[in-house]
Amino acid sequence: MEDGENDGKRLVFVTVGTTSFDALVKAVVSQNVKEELHKRGYTHLLIQMGRGIYSPPKCDGADGSLAVDYFTFSSSIADYIRSASLVISHAGSGSIFETLKLGKPLIVVVNEDLMDNHQCELAEELEERKHLYCARPHTLHQTLTKMELDSLVRYTPGDGTPVARIIDRFLGFPDD
Amino acid sequence: MDRYTPRFYIAAATDNMSLQKARSFEDSLADKLLAVEEDSLRFTQIYRSREVGQSYVTSVWTTIVAIVHALWLMIRIRPQVAGALPSGYLLDLVQVFQILCNGPGTCIPLCVIAFLFKVLGIRWSSIFYVESVARVKKLSLSGLLLYNLRMADQFFVQWPQLQKNYPRAHYVGCLM
Repeated sequence: MEDGENDGKRLVFVTVGTTSFDALVKAVVSQNVKEELHKRGYTHLLIQMGRGIYSPPKCDGADGSLAVDYFTFSSSIADYIRSASLVISHAGSGSIFETLKLGKPLIVVVNEDLMDNHQCELAEELEERKHLYCARPHTLHQTLTKMELDSLVRYTPGDGTPVARIIDRFLGFPDD
Repeated sequence: MDRYTPRFYIAAATDNMSLQKARSFEDSLADKLLAVEEDSLRFTQIYRSREVGQSYVTSVWTTIVAIVHALWLMIRIRPQVAGALPSGYLLDLVQVFQILCNGPGTCIPLCVIAFLFKVLGIRWSSIFYVESVARVKKLSLSGLLLYNLRMADQFFVQWPQLQKNYPRAHYVGCLM
């Protein structure tokens, strides 16, 4: 999962999908998180902030620190994920599976401000299966210090064949 | 795919991505569909009975609106199933309708109407419900309704924990 050293750029891509998740954006640009990312060799931090209100300060990284940039929405974040060395995402199933299917290391951050937070069930289940790391905004730094990305297991995409087979059989179509 | 034709895709009114993806998928299929009388209905939007985070009190009214809209759609869409049917049905006398649904909150009005039509003998249909991949330990409200009221003919879950708690469901693994 490591990128080549061609241009030396190692991007951390943060996505909140269509939600508003200021707590994550603030956590990601907090001093100790940026320092930890920098220590681990990441050079750029790009934040897709969705409907959030908080705009993080941009930084061009000319002084050797982490370069920080952000945008609100994009019609497709697949290219950003592809060019990233690490993805930090909200717990939306779309963002999670899009990242896992592209084979990128992923930290999922659960939004504690959401009522009836069933989203964390998915993140915790996938973490148990070692496909990603799961954190809260205030534990993100801790997760970053402890994570071992090489120990993550690559996710194998599923498909709808079992559903189709059961429906076919139920309707009386012959098995292929 | 030629067993299940013509195909109609119905997505929530607030969902901008799903119909696009459905169109791309249909365009990618080698065989074009048989012409349908109302081509504009192939990709339709429906009012969602409840948005994420919406209060249950206001949901009563929005659900009623969604059910009326679903009724309108069901009356306008009158497909016939091409291909073999289980023995016992005469193809030219019966119009059969298969509903494959996922979206919690979005599909309930359609399923309610379809189930009502079935009970009243207006039109026969089969309802297949796939619970969201984000539901690992507990069913969504839509899932609970369809499962407990036995409105779905086949009920699919994507995680083994759900199958333990809801034994009439088919565990088909993670479809993502």
